[in-house]
Amino acid sequence: MLSCKDFLGWLNDYLDETADDQVKAQVKEHITNCPNCWVVYDTTKKTLQVYKGMEPKEVPESLRNRLMEALLKKCGGTGC
Amino acid sequence: MATSGTPPSAESALPLAGLDDTALVAQTQAGNVDAFAELMRRHDRKILRLARHITGNQEDAEDVLQESFLNAFSHIGNFAGNSKFYTWLVRITVNQALMKLRKRKSDKQVSLDEPVQGDTDDLVREIAVWDETPERTYSQEEMRRILDDAIESLEPIYRTVFVLRDVEELSTEETAQTLEISVPAVKSRLLRARLQLREKLTKFFRRGKGDDAFAFL
Repeated sequence: MLSCKDFLGWLNDYLDETADDQVKAQVKEHITNCPNCWVVYDTTKKTLQVYKGMEPKEVPESLRNRLMEALLKKCGGTGC
Repeated sequence: MATSGTPPSAESALPLAGLDDTALVAQTQAGNVDAFAELMRRHDRKILRLARHITGNQEDAEDVLQESFLNAFSHIGNFAGNSKFYTWLVRITVNQALMKLRKRKSDKQVSLDEPVQGDTDDLVREIAVWDETPERTYSQEEMRRILDDAIESLEPIYRTVFVLRDVEELSTEETAQTLEISVPAVKSRLLRARLQLREKLTKFFRRGKGDDAFAFL
């Protein structure tokens, strides 16, 4: 069985689903038998989920206008 | 385009909105500036967030956003389409943001090259199950602030890797190329970043946190 330290070493590959089948099975066995490591696995997985699920904020209209003005100014200078 | 300072004509705005990035890049290369304006409108939210996460500062992020788009526009002729336009734009933005970060903190020696030291053991202190529905405890705005603050509290060498891999969803190899570091360095920094964030977020999302207000009952 993996040690808790080994588990941490494989955590990224397990979360990213890049671990091979043997490692996957060992990690799965470890977190089934080690409640603390299961919590670390579960909360790290949720950490990634909350970040992936968070939509970026709208860009303020004033900033978009500034961007557009800067683009048109640049165009004016190069004749595009 | 309703969002621009000088909107293109109504006839051109609609077809452009229906084009994919590759077609918009081709139109821009052919001299259609409205096509580039559409690319900006399409990606500005994510690029601003990326710049904010790396610089840790809204004012700098807005500068980086503008510099990155103008830089991309200037060099659009060199874009050969070997990668997605967005990935190319991300690379430009990361470079601009890192330059800004280094300039602002030049006396604090912001480096992405320093070797990662220490063990990961010290990064796991809080062992607490999370609430299944933290969004019921926090509004979307509060959640965003919690997540942004947590990222910005990480050291730049960790947060840049996390943002590229887990927010922008670049591959490990793309992240390594963008930051000009090795693949093993990306992997070890990503693990530390993820564990540090998990630790920080546990303070907010641990089960029962939302019940604190009723603890007197």
